[in-house]
Amino acid sequence: MTKTAASNPIRDSWLRRMSGALYRRPRLVLATLLAPPVLWLVVIYLGSLTLMFISSLWRLDPATSAIVREPSLANFQDVLNPEKPYLQVAGHTVVIALIVTLADAVVAFPLAFYMARVASPRTRRILFITATLPLWVSYLVRVYSWRIILADDGFLNWALGFAGLRGPGALGDVPIAIVFSYIWLPYMILPLYAGLERIPNSLVEASSDLGGRAWTTFRRVVLPLAFPGLVAGSIFTFSLTLGDYITPTLFSGEQFIGNVVYAHVGVSGNVPFAAAFAIVPVAVIAVYLLLARRLGAFEAL
Amino acid sequence: MGGRLSRIGLRVAAAATVIFLYVPIVIVAIYAFNDSKNQSWDGLIERLGVKGFLGTFSLRWVDAALSNSQISESFWLSIQAALGATVVALLLGSAAAFAVHRHRFFGRDGISFILVLPIALPGIVTGMALNSAMNAGIDGFDIGPLHVSTPEFGIATIIVGHATFTVVVVYNNVVARLRRLGRSLEDASMDLGADSWQTFRRITLPSIATALFAGALLAFALSFDEIVVTNFTAGTEQTLPIWIFANFKLPNARPIVNVVALGMIVLSFIPVYLSAKLAGAESVASAR
Repeated sequence: MTKTAASNPIRDSWLRRMSGALYRRPRLVLATLLAPPVLWLVVIYLGSLTLMFISSLWRLDPATSAIVREPSLANFQDVLNPEKPYLQVAGHTVVIALIVTLADAVVAFPLAFYMARVASPRTRRILFITATLPLWVSYLVRVYSWRIILADDGFLNWALGFAGLRGPGALGDVPIAIVFSYIWLPYMILPLYAGLERIPNSLVEASSDLGGRAWTTFRRVVLPLAFPGLVAGSIFTFSLTLGDYITPTLFSGEQFIGNVVYAHVGVSGNVPFAAAFAIVPVAVIAVYLLLARRLGAFEAL
Repeated sequence: MGGRLSRIGLRVAAAATVIFLYVPIVIVAIYAFNDSKNQSWDGLIERLGVKGFLGTFSLRWVDAALSNSQISESFWLSIQAALGATVVALLLGSAAAFAVHRHRFFGRDGISFILVLPIALPGIVTGMALNSAMNAGIDGFDIGPLHVSTPEFGIATIIVGHATFTVVVVYNNVVARLRRLGRSLEDASMDLGADSWQTFRRITLPSIATALFAGALLAFALSFDEIVVTNFTAGTEQTLPIWIFANFKLPNARPIVNVVALGMIVLSFIPVYLSAKLAGAESVASAR
């Protein structure tokens, strides 16, 4: 004789009473649902961030390499000290991030525009998947592939060799900008596409009805309306470049914010300084977001 | 819009962008199945010309990678970490999704913000923050006579880090499905006399099952690939991405790294492809 759960009257009524009781107490259900994820993120994540802020105020005693847990601004003074390299590192990182953002905007625009305004729904769906899939190919593998491509005896120099040209090599700011632009490109394509797709056809038609030539319509109607999408994409490309340390470690002799932070955690064990320097990209991004809002980038989002 | 010429120009530029996106991935695949130890592209093309693709096709480096104990250890560590993180993300993400979708409460709009924060902030910030906290936790603290400390850097800290930024993937998938479903089926079930447990098991769970599965697959793929945060939370343990990172610059390791790289591509593609099938292409896009 087998009894299934559904036909067991005792268990059935117990379950039924429990679910009835819970149904009458939505606040209890809510608390049970909400407590684990909120506690996890607040305690572990926000707690970690807070601890990072606090430990940025500590410092490493150079004599004993012990962490001195007294609040001081010594790390931030180091970051801002023009005689130390850190301001220059931060500036260099921001400039590269801006170049990467600009390059991505230029490369992404034609594809995003084609997807949103020209392609048939079927082609559009295929292109959408095509643009998304590289994001799911291991980040490291995509970085690695550029190492092979840009190597002296790699694919790029072979291809450029037919035109008698040589590539930029695999070390320095140019390859770094190329690799970053490649890796973050889908993050620019997708929001830009979303922004372009939202532009009502009627506006474009109205512009040409009123005598606007194609280029004028593009410049005066399409481009301004696509701006929020562009800014949304740029937030990704900019912020991701600021916070990356893997690519700079592998392609550059130059120092970036990311690998300075990483080196201070790993090699010298100066966690307080690393924490202080990790706050720099957070501050830069905050400024960037404020600027974007001033430019009206979020109004249409 | 525009003349013939600009139309053609647009097509060419769009096609060029697509090619740009995929050339590097194809190149890794070509190298992985090539017998050469020498990584020069000239040499590779020359031999391809002489022997043809099949002539140079070789599983030599695939074999070498499969029998490398460092690789298999880091592979299993990656799998375990990804499974652990996926389970946590599944529980926390779907709980948050139900809470947000079913209830009105103070701070509701803040939930998705706090969930997305770990991937929205630069990886170096998330990694650094978790590292500070874990360091402090390992040192421990005193509660009265008790000395409490958290686990040393290892699989536990890797899972905690990964779970923190994968919760949002499950959440996004489940909340999108719940919104699309609406509540009419559940209301009907309750009207017909089912209690809320029966309704959940017979109606709600089956209709969100694919979203749960898709979210889990994406969380797994995200965790399996991760390196930026993992480097800060793994201590001396090596996940597969960390192994690649460590061997990246060693010329002798190149042929094996090629194979591992291709393996990573395949292993992250399969879950993503499946979840796109299950929950639609948009779910895959919204997760990253």
